[in-house]
Amino acid sequence: MTEPIVININNEFDIVLARQKGREVSKDLQFGGVDQARITTAISELARNIYLYAGTGQITINVLEENGRRGIQISAFDEGPGISDVRMVLQDGFSTSGGLGAGLPGVKRLMDTFDIDTMPGAGTRITITKWAR
Amino acid sequence: MRIPILKLKDYLLVSIQVELDDQTVLTFQEDLLNKIKDTGAKGVVIDLTSVDMIDSFIAKVLGDVIVMTSLMGTKAVLTGIQPAVAITLIELGITLENVHTALDLEQGISILSQYLEG
Repeated sequence: MTEPIVININNEFDIVLARQKGREVSKDLQFGGVDQARITTAISELARNIYLYAGTGQITINVLEENGRRGIQISAFDEGPGISDVRMVLQDGFSTSGGLGAGLPGVKRLMDTFDIDTMPGAGTRITITKWAR
Repeated sequence: MRIPILKLKDYLLVSIQVELDDQTVLTFQEDLLNKIKDTGAKGVVIDLTSVDMIDSFIAKVLGDVIVMTSLMGTKAVLTGIQPAVAITLIELGITLENVHTALDLEQGISILSQYLEG
């Protein structure tokens, strides 16, 4: 089991760092070019959400192995305001930032799984995975 | 980091070959508009052949700079969007409507010259 990679998100340059790490790991796992782009884009969106809404937080990248399959798991964690209506933010076209982020539905479409754990005032944790084909 | 903007006759040519952070892409937006004013360029080609990822923020700034360019009376074309980038943009839900695109730099310039020379 590989050690998880943790990237602290404190400024916009950390967003670039997070997606570069994601690109490295997905290359190592031999994801195809399109999946590499999906993974790095998804990381970029989640890191930006942290930066925009919570100010600071963490992106953690894990390598998964299950029944001979390998995958990448990305977890985005912050102790920001949290989300009061999860159903609403998972609807296409919903944005509180004036269209800055494509939002979570886009991230969900890019990945194989998408889980969100959030409460108003208690921060947000989003975990996404993609399996190598 | 600054993205170089080259002038060729009536056109400005930009090839983005760096990892785009927010500041670089916002600086580029301003640099390009200033360069249009300084040179009186009639057309702009922004080539994205070397760009392997466009997230919603970069897409928004690029889309905005094209609209800004057109507000100034100059026509801009995006070229060289890679297959993986096109796929992820659409899956993200970003369609970049009203943005002119071409397969590569050469076709981008030929679209501009057709448009400008009629």
